[in-house]
Amino acid sequence: MSTPLLEISNLKTHFFTRAGVAKAVNGISLTIEKGEVVGIVGESGSGKSVTGFSIMGLVDEPGRVVGGSIKFKGRELLTQSVEEWRNFRGNEVSMIFQDPMMTLNPVLRIDTQMIEAVRCHEKVSKAEARKRAIEALAMVGIPSPEERVKAYPHQFSGGMRQRVAIATGLLNRPDLIIADEPTTALDVTIQSQILSEMQKLCKKTGMSLMWVTHDLTVIAGLANRVAVMYAGKIIEEGAVETVLDKPLHPYTEGLVGSVPSRNHRGEPLYQIPGMTPSLINLPEGCSFRMRCPKASEKCHCEPPVTELENGRRVRCFHPNL
Amino acid sequence: MLAFLIRRISQSAVVLLVMSLLVFVGVFYIGNPIDILIAPDATPAEYARAVHELGLDKPLWEQYTIFLKGALHGDFGNSFVYNEPALKVILDRLPATLELAFTAMFIAVIFGIPLGMVAGMKANHWIGRNIMRFSILGFSLPTFWVGLMLIIIFSVHLNWLPSGGRGETVMLLGIPVSFLTLGGLAHLILPATNLALFKTSLAIRLTRAGVQENMQMDYVKFARAKGLSETRVIGLHVMKNIMIPVVTVLGMEFGSLIAFAVVTETIFAWPGMGKLVIDSIGVLDRPIIVAYLLITVTMFIIINLIVDILYSILDPRVRLGQER
Repeated sequence: MSTPLLEISNLKTHFFTRAGVAKAVNGISLTIEKGEVVGIVGESGSGKSVTGFSIMGLVDEPGRVVGGSIKFKGRELLTQSVEEWRNFRGNEVSMIFQDPMMTLNPVLRIDTQMIEAVRCHEKVSKAEARKRAIEALAMVGIPSPEERVKAYPHQFSGGMRQRVAIATGLLNRPDLIIADEPTTALDVTIQSQILSEMQKLCKKTGMSLMWVTHDLTVIAGLANRVAVMYAGKIIEEGAVETVLDKPLHPYTEGLVGSVPSRNHRGEPLYQIPGMTPSLINLPEGCSFRMRCPKASEKCHCEPPVTELENGRRVRCFHPNL
Repeated sequence: MLAFLIRRISQSAVVLLVMSLLVFVGVFYIGNPIDILIAPDATPAEYARAVHELGLDKPLWEQYTIFLKGALHGDFGNSFVYNEPALKVILDRLPATLELAFTAMFIAVIFGIPLGMVAGMKANHWIGRNIMRFSILGFSLPTFWVGLMLIIIFSVHLNWLPSGGRGETVMLLGIPVSFLTLGGLAHLILPATNLALFKTSLAIRLTRAGVQENMQMDYVKFARAKGLSETRVIGLHVMKNIMIPVVTVLGMEFGSLIAFAVVTETIFAWPGMGKLVIDSIGVLDRPIIVAYLLITVTMFIIINLIVDILYSILDPRVRLGQER
């Protein structure tokens, strides 16, 4: 098999706060193949967004990537120079953020913000860059893009702004788009529109997508593969159907069980007891053991990763096999 | 835009009218200028004649009507003291004050904004901390004391710069200015620095707060994620957002800079209108006081108008009037 598009191994991103070291990402390994849609699922604070920012080299102070490696097309990213990082961002990998109201600069016109994104990677004329911006806007389904490109962000609705952000991400035809909960802030109808646009785009352009979310239903409809994160680690990974239909890890089982479904109408939803542990003060061994119905003495040690067929992996002593 | 301007101008006219009435009545009740202007040994006949000449024997409402009629024609009456048109007396001093204010604002902007940006980006670094210490000093030290210290250090001890006056002036577009001659510039530096200190501190704080607030915003992260260089992210994306509050506040402060340069003008014997109005209040020279206040208020109004227009240029979400 050829080199995967993105290969993360044992990545550790820690935040050095006054209260202590928060291990937001604590040794994750993940590969994304060309054209693949991978979902990263987890609660708030499980490290899924930080994983995305680590790939972009945009971890905020006081955070730092402290270990592991991120290889993109076989090339190590973590040792890149500032200029190499700049050239990489938005060109080979783009990122889309959660809140479309905040990601576009309110005082600059859309064309300014899109043209600069083209021209910081490629020496093209302004007119050429503008043409590309209009094409990208048309591609994400913005009506009359020639007109709208001259507008300011506040003249767009939330869903439209997210389309503009996506279009901006597409400008340089990246190989991978990291989407950090881009539909969370939108209402459901707009969400499904954006999702289907994204699916079409991925099929059309052959780019890969890493979709970070806490919404299992989104992942079910969109992704090929899913990785479930908990307290900075990937605790389960595999093809979407198998992970969601037959979760192996008790945490995934809890997550799936807490999604409302029509088969269990009227019954109380399952709740995972307790709360996510503080990342500064993680318990020894399995970080889920305090909330886990299956926890035993063994779980005081770090559970190893069990590899199963079809790239299915789980990090638990007591998987539901 | 036009509707906005017309509305603004009519509002301003009302403000000016109300203000002139308040000042007129206020000065009338403070005291009789004749008691100060005329020699103590004047005979009652001389006294009565002086009162009549200045028109002070008429009832207040009549005096005000006469003033108002004149004011509409640009005549604010003659100064009781200088016996010249009040407007001319003030306008003679205006260029000096404007030059001082503009220079001070220039200093505040070219030092305050870059220092504020550094302080915002290196908030936990010793450089950032020291800039903030400086700005606290600039805020809290009284202007008159700093002025005196500047004179003591640079004029008395080091003997580098003159301590008072305007120095040589040259005519620029028919207005005498100091900053184009070496001597004039030397005279300008100390008072302008003195006046700029507070505004520089203000600019530092505003810019720093803006940088810190804006650097946290998602649009900065998104701009970086697009692959923009840090220079462009800060120089364009962040800068344009910061300029909104900075322009607003500094613009408004500019009016106060002109109006209240009094202390600095007094210390450095700068022949501006701040000093003139203080002297005029002392002798109850009503035409000067009223004319000065009307001019100052007019300047405030014009500056605020310019700030509003600039604001709408900087922030696309603000559009003047209700267009569209």
